[in-house]
Amino acid sequence: MEILRPLDAALSVIEDGMSLVVPPDYGGVAMEATRALVRRGVRRLHLLTLPASSLQADLLIGAGALASIETSAVSIGELGTGPRFAAAATAGTLAIKDATCPALHAALQASEKGVPFMPLRGVIGSDLLKVRPDWKVVDNPFAENDPILLVPAIRPDVALFHAPFADRHGNVWVGRRRELFVMAHASAKTVVTVEEIRDGNLLEDDTLAGSTLASFYVEAVAVARNGTWPLKFGSLAAEDTAHLQEYVRLAQSEDGFRQYLDRYVYERRAA
Amino acid sequence: MAGVPEAKPEELLIDVVLRLISGAKHVAVGANSPIPAAAAFLAQRLGTGQPYVSLQQSPKHNLFTDGGRELFDAAGQGRIDVFFLSGAQIDGQGNINLVAIGDYARPKVRFPGSFGSAYLYFVVPRVILFRTEHSRRTLVSRVDFISAPGVSPPNVYRRGGPIALVTPLCHFAFDRQRARFCLESVHPGHTVEEVLDNTGFEFDRPATVPVTPDPAPATLRLLRETLAPELAALYPQFGARVFGIVPRAAE
Repeated sequence: MEILRPLDAALSVIEDGMSLVVPPDYGGVAMEATRALVRRGVRRLHLLTLPASSLQADLLIGAGALASIETSAVSIGELGTGPRFAAAATAGTLAIKDATCPALHAALQASEKGVPFMPLRGVIGSDLLKVRPDWKVVDNPFAENDPILLVPAIRPDVALFHAPFADRHGNVWVGRRRELFVMAHASAKTVVTVEEIRDGNLLEDDTLAGSTLASFYVEAVAVARNGTWPLKFGSLAAEDTAHLQEYVRLAQSEDGFRQYLDRYVYERRAA
Repeated sequence: MAGVPEAKPEELLIDVVLRLISGAKHVAVGANSPIPAAAAFLAQRLGTGQPYVSLQQSPKHNLFTDGGRELFDAAGQGRIDVFFLSGAQIDGQGNINLVAIGDYARPKVRFPGSFGSAYLYFVVPRVILFRTEHSRRTLVSRVDFISAPGVSPPNVYRRGGPIALVTPLCHFAFDRQRARFCLESVHPGHTVEEVLDNTGFEFDRPATVPVTPDPAPATLRLLRETLAPELAALYPQFGARVFGIVPRAAE
């Protein structure tokens, strides 16, 4: 299949039950794609946030699309804890793997290098160790009496994010958001939405190539204008704070959340 | 203080943080932290360009160009001197809880999560705890979930940890050897009794507890006349409340 596809065809890479890694608000969140996944009725995803998430995770939780989430935090910016995340946590209806930001970066870096684990300082004495039996403390083999944490590599099925532009070959420019490289390198497949497609080959221009993810990591690219709305997009788009306030207000209840979905997610189906 | 109106509570807290970050080379500030950011920018203006100040949410002030991991990798090497953390609960041993109240499996209240605290608390030499609600609900004898521990056994690698807890009522210093807070000063207009009544953990205090000193007039002038517009651009609600700067979009 072509790398450049319409949005729904690009998202066909993401199947029910897969593990999906996504960036935080500063990294370019594929919100238009997320709404399309909810419209499609995606189910049983295992979401990994690198390292935290806001509306994207909360929307997928509320829509019943997740079997589990591994995250350092789900927070709608200064508006506080994601309301559907909090509701699912207190009701015990979502499997939550609490983490800390550098542990998730390290776990994906291990996958990127093709090694089984990565050591990390800190964390010893945190209750995170009690709820993460998959994290192990070992003795540093190169020193005496120096316990250190090991986190296992994580290889997601798909990385999904939004970027400013790509070329027709599927090379994607990510700028300074280099955690997107790590996500793509660490995952089996990568799906990207972009603001626009540019002519030429991004790899031929050295001023662009160093910030470009080469197409051999990329399964599908789709154009989705304002693709992070209502979240910000680096220096290209500001957060729609009024919309997020409306979301947080509505999503306090299950009924309110359904109203939000009808108004802002399913509404596009008719359009 | 002639000619300079007295400090607002936020300005006093900025001044307390300013003293705590003295001499730092690199101060990293998390999202939604206008008071720490104000103190760091003040230190930059009062000094000779240092400290470097990293603000993740501002492209201009985000010094990291190698992805989200770079802050943590730099901190792991000791390149970040100061960081700020908070907690839904903070206890008397300096443990912080960013996860949940009640049983972890079925919590009464769920908070966003631990963010980078479980790592940065260990590797950043000066972590300043900041809590805008000083109550027995937030400052407790024992946190329900330890996102990050205040102290560690001697064999656990630990370069850093908490040095202070700053609240709207007072400034506690943290003694890592004893794993206890000591009341350093009480802010003007508040009393030791008020601090005792509203703190759920035990702490040490000298026979006479000093009053937190007012900011120097020159500091206040620099803050209000030079830094306020920049802070208001980064933190519109804070700028409007403290400095009376109306966001441009609302004019």
